[in-house]
Amino acid sequence: MTHDPVPARWTRRALLAGALGLAALPGSPRAAAQASRIAALGGAVTEILYRLGAADRIVAVDTTSVYPAEVLREKPNVGYLRALSAEGLLSAGPDLVIAAEGAGPSDVLSLVREAGVPVSIVKEPPTPEGVLDKILAVGRLAGLKGQAEALAREVGAQFAGLSRQRARITRPARALVVLSLANGRVMVGGRGSTADGILALAGIDNAAAGIEGFKPITDEAILAAAPDAVVLMRNGAEAPTPETTFTPGTALGQTPAAAKRALVTMDGLYLLGFGPRTPDAARDLMRAVYPDLIRG
Amino acid sequence: MGEAPGRVRPAAARRRGALVLAGLAALVIAVALLSVGVGAIRIAPSRILDLLVRGGSDPALARDALVILNIRLPRTLLGFLVGAGLAVSGALMQGLFRNPLADPALVGVSAGAGLAAAVVIVLGDRLLQALGLPGPLPYAVLPAAAFLGGLAATLGLSLVATRAGRTSVATMLLAGIALGALTGAMTGLLVYASDDRQLRDLTFWSLGSLGGASWAKVAATAPAILPVLVAVPFLGRGLNALVLGEAEAFHLGIPVERLKRTAILLVAVAVGASVAAAGVIGFIGLVVPHALRLLIGPEHRRLLPASALLGGALLVLADVAARLVVAPAELPIGIVTALVGAPVFLWLLLAGTRGIDV
Repeated sequence: MTHDPVPARWTRRALLAGALGLAALPGSPRAAAQASRIAALGGAVTEILYRLGAADRIVAVDTTSVYPAEVLREKPNVGYLRALSAEGLLSAGPDLVIAAEGAGPSDVLSLVREAGVPVSIVKEPPTPEGVLDKILAVGRLAGLKGQAEALAREVGAQFAGLSRQRARITRPARALVVLSLANGRVMVGGRGSTADGILALAGIDNAAAGIEGFKPITDEAILAAAPDAVVLMRNGAEAPTPETTFTPGTALGQTPAAAKRALVTMDGLYLLGFGPRTPDAARDLMRAVYPDLIRG
Repeated sequence: MGEAPGRVRPAAARRRGALVLAGLAALVIAVALLSVGVGAIRIAPSRILDLLVRGGSDPALARDALVILNIRLPRTLLGFLVGAGLAVSGALMQGLFRNPLADPALVGVSAGAGLAAAVVIVLGDRLLQALGLPGPLPYAVLPAAAFLGGLAATLGLSLVATRAGRTSVATMLLAGIALGALTGAMTGLLVYASDDRQLRDLTFWSLGSLGGASWAKVAATAPAILPVLVAVPFLGRGLNALVLGEAEAFHLGIPVERLKRTAILLVAVAVGASVAAAGVIGFIGLVVPHALRLLIGPEHRRLLPASALLGGALLVLADVAARLVVAPAELPIGIVTALVGAPVFLWLLLAGTRGIDV
């Protein structure tokens, strides 16, 4: 967990984790009610299956499936979503492959289909409707229609709550979502990216809206963007701090965000995954950027 | 041994050459068996034998049959074709340019193919949209574009280097470096314009993989590479004479211009086809001919077929490693060839009693 969830959510998560822990006890995987063995490829797809209570039916994941870590640690990893191997995928013995958009190469997918394993591709538009459609699609594929509808209602209600909170924002802040800060090159999320999508959900203007997709940005463009807050990915143990991010003399150090020490760090998949946790992620982001506006 | 490798007496070299060729043929067979026999899915050797003999009509063996007949077999064949094509191209280039550093990249094939591939990966869908055609781009467009891009680059270089019917290999070498820089910059521009996914596609493509091997790919690659492998030994005598210099070779009765043009065309076709089938795989073309020169000497009539055998065997072996090390995922094969090939090559250089000559 890389953010501060509200207590109520904690309880729900704990219950879910407990239930899954039971389901994943040794000896039980094959005895599940549905006999499917699912290869879950794509972070959000895997997360949805987990939320639908199908974690024990996942027999393989890809490198982008990293949540929930404790459930997925034991699952065979078939590699990067876009560079799959047919034999590797088949070696997990799946009877269904649910993959996020962009899985491939297509030769490999057709070999898997030839082996009699259906491969379903789930679309991933970075919008609330996209998340709900994805939940319903995964649920339908896994034969968990009822659970998926319930989850979609729950997540949909969270999105609705989010939009009510967004309506209270009078003066939108501008934020820059920074994907990486390697060697002084700042890679930001521009228009049409998942970063743009989550900022919109949190009621924040994208300071990098002039850029399309994820691109490196120049120092001058950072100054021109004048973000009120900087959002950084937190991957692995080393969390970025305001001191390292807003080093005096760098372009980021001269932004309004630096003056206010407005740095938000969030886990990459949580923030940009567009799965069932997206309303939570958007609310965390909103709370971090508008601390006076949003409480609880 | 009293004699340095690469400087053996002709009769001894011939005997040794025959021995090495026989050894390499055995190596190819052993590696092929290994490549068909191992993988992420465990299949007992007796079952594999069963499948190969009876052709996999037994429904109980359906999945194993698919793995062996439609995944491992085409993959092994494609690996052999690509490895052989790259190694032979390297030997041809080093002979033609009389330069130990020469590799297929010098005639611009890899650069042209790489640029064409980057254009397809980054701009393909946008071009399709602009033309009002439905997406996504058919998968075969990428290899086809890479092949044509490689050929076009080589033809362009040949034109630049040919004056009054005479192709200057020195001009071609220098122009090749310039073209490499130019295509590198244009590819960089495309990398800048690409989004996250396209960037990852580009990276994976530039590291090479036999992962998408299928019978269709073998069928598309074999007609380009096999004729090159067959034709190449006939160039051996000419390349041997070329070692003395172009004028000397001409006075020995070698049609030098025709030889150069043939060799360049063969390399463009073989490398273009292998890049199209498996992406960019480095090192095989450089290392295999050098290693063999140390073993059997620089005589091209022995060197070229031996390069084909060793190149094919090494690439298939590298592929076995690539799919076993991180199974059920797999490594890009270019990483394996460089990671294993570079230290082995250094060791060969250090173990040899003298430096390398072409």
